[in-house]
Amino acid sequence: MLEIRNLHAEIGGKKILNGVNLMVKSGEVAAIMGPNGSGKSTLSYVIAGRDGYEVTEGEALLDGENILALDPHERAAKGLFLAFQYPLEIPGVTTMTFLKAAMNSQRKQRGEAELTTPDFIKKVNVAAERLGVKKDMLRRALNVGFSGGEKKRLEVLQMALLEPRFGILDETDSGLDIDALRIVAEGVNSLRSPDRAFLVITHYQRLLDYIVPDNVHVLSKGRIVKSGGKELALELEKNGYRDYGGEAA
Amino acid sequence: MATVITVEKRREDFDVTAVVTSIQSSAETALGKLYASLPKGVGAAGVARARAFARFERSGLPTRRIEAWHYTDMRSALREAYPLAFDYAMNPTRGLRIDLIDGAAPDDLGQQTWPEGLRVRALRDVLAGAGDDLAAKIYPDQGANDAMVALNAAMSGDGLVIEVATGARIETPIGVYWRSGGVTPRSDFSRVLVLLGDGAHITLVESHAAHARTQRNSAIVFHLAAGASVEHVFVPEFYEAESHVATLIAELGECAAFNSFALIAGGGLLRRQIFARCAGEQADVAFRGVSLLGGKQHADTTLVVDHAAPHGRSRELFKHIVTDGASGVFQGKVIVRPHAQKVDGGMKSQTLLLSDDAAMYNKPELEIFADDVVCGHGATVGELDKDQLFYLMARGLTKAEAEALLLDGFAREAIEFVSNEDVRSRLETLMSDWLESRPS
Repeated sequence: MLEIRNLHAEIGGKKILNGVNLMVKSGEVAAIMGPNGSGKSTLSYVIAGRDGYEVTEGEALLDGENILALDPHERAAKGLFLAFQYPLEIPGVTTMTFLKAAMNSQRKQRGEAELTTPDFIKKVNVAAERLGVKKDMLRRALNVGFSGGEKKRLEVLQMALLEPRFGILDETDSGLDIDALRIVAEGVNSLRSPDRAFLVITHYQRLLDYIVPDNVHVLSKGRIVKSGGKELALELEKNGYRDYGGEAA
Repeated sequence: MATVITVEKRREDFDVTAVVTSIQSSAETALGKLYASLPKGVGAAGVARARAFARFERSGLPTRRIEAWHYTDMRSALREAYPLAFDYAMNPTRGLRIDLIDGAAPDDLGQQTWPEGLRVRALRDVLAGAGDDLAAKIYPDQGANDAMVALNAAMSGDGLVIEVATGARIETPIGVYWRSGGVTPRSDFSRVLVLLGDGAHITLVESHAAHARTQRNSAIVFHLAAGASVEHVFVPEFYEAESHVATLIAELGECAAFNSFALIAGGGLLRRQIFARCAGEQADVAFRGVSLLGGKQHADTTLVVDHAAPHGRSRELFKHIVTDGASGVFQGKVIVRPHAQKVDGGMKSQTLLLSDDAAMYNKPELEIFADDVVCGHGATVGELDKDQLFYLMARGLTKAEAEALLLDGFAREAIEFVSNEDVRSRLETLMSDWLESRPS
């Protein structure tokens, strides 16, 4: 599914990723944990194709194809989804307008027919109800005035509607109380399937109580320094990142 | 000498249904859109017209493969379909449309039936008999020192006088259409006076059409008595005027409300100037607008809001999208007179520059002489936000789609204040047309 080989990346001449190797198989949920500044968010941005990062070496293969040369929208159409740590506010664009534009744009790129308005509304209503997203939120401008929890819930709603092959959750737990965390995690769990995989990026172990990973990787100074099963997250929670060049968690 | 034309007779008779035009030409697509923009007819006539369009849609524009059109190929002749000359969408009720051709009012205003409480006369008929009071309304002090306003007053021999009686609420929008009467170079000067009695209400759409060799100087003057309210929309359509000075003067009585929106797109040089005075207590003015500037256009919005009485409220919100080598100007001055306490004023001008050659000049000014007021202003000039673009692209939108969505959202924040749904949706269509045809 997603394979990262010897990925080196820098921003403004500063090296952030120093040879990341990672393999996430179809059906798997992998977690990346690491201290602040270890390169977690950079990794997610480089995979999604954000401007400003220079990849100096290595590749990222999605289903065998190197996606690093593609524009962000092309990666999205191939099934990559990044749930943002800080979803952007888009004034003047209603959530519904945005959702329809995103879904149809991906369909167009894949040569599929665009959704009719009734089909689109039906899909949104079903997904919104499941995630407890109020209709009023869908009529408001995207993320404008939404609480932290509402924004994250909306990220998961987008993921549910766009049905990606590979989802990256970047610090999805930040700014969430326990109730919101549970709803968001349930949303993600309901999307788990044998032909979909997730990369869950988090600083704390708490999220992994709700989204239980198959594998846990520790990122430090731009490299994966340790990999293990879900028990590795518990160990990190207890001992912190001291052993991995960081502060206590 | 006789010319002999031989016509080769075709073997089979032509059958409309046999011709299948698989790919629509751009003119056919445009005609479909124009048809869709028309109000749907009712009754038997509506059914007949709908059938007729379906018939047209099936056959498309006739080509030389159609025998009756063998020597005249409409499909290749009509490369594009021009916009409808008469825009029903903007003014669904024919009775409330008034054309000012080269600034002159129609002859038959007196014979038309207007809604109760509405009276419309040609300015030329009023000028001769106007006494001091009326003359002072037609030529108010506000803005009188401006040279272009003075030129308008001196040169305007015609225009309109629209009166709305006390308590009359005219719900149907009144469309006033300024247009050019021919294609030769011309200048037109006209003035429209709108008088509203106590509690009266109208929606007035000021629509400007002009060809490229038009120099226009138009003025519209509103007097709102106590509790009167006006919805005003300024919209250029089929508008290529070389230069245009458009002045709006508004005098508001107690508790009167004036809500104005302008869409600016097309043309060469446009100067919109607004002089509004809140003469009565608790008067409420709002001026908003969207400018879509490209090419070598220059559009200047200059406004003065004068709070001459306490408890007034004013709001200004202007959104400018400037690309190519175009330039935009926003000058906004809010004056609060010494006794005009408790005034609440807010002015905002926001600009997105889409090219290196585009320019925007902002000059907000506050002249506050009262000590208990809330007044603020803000002006921003920037580019499209890269993080917002990335967010949208990460969801699958192409760069062009993401830009169009952000620009649309940016402008829509001002358009959503237009309360009449038909007018608002027309403005949205004009805006999306501009965004779609914008060179990237």
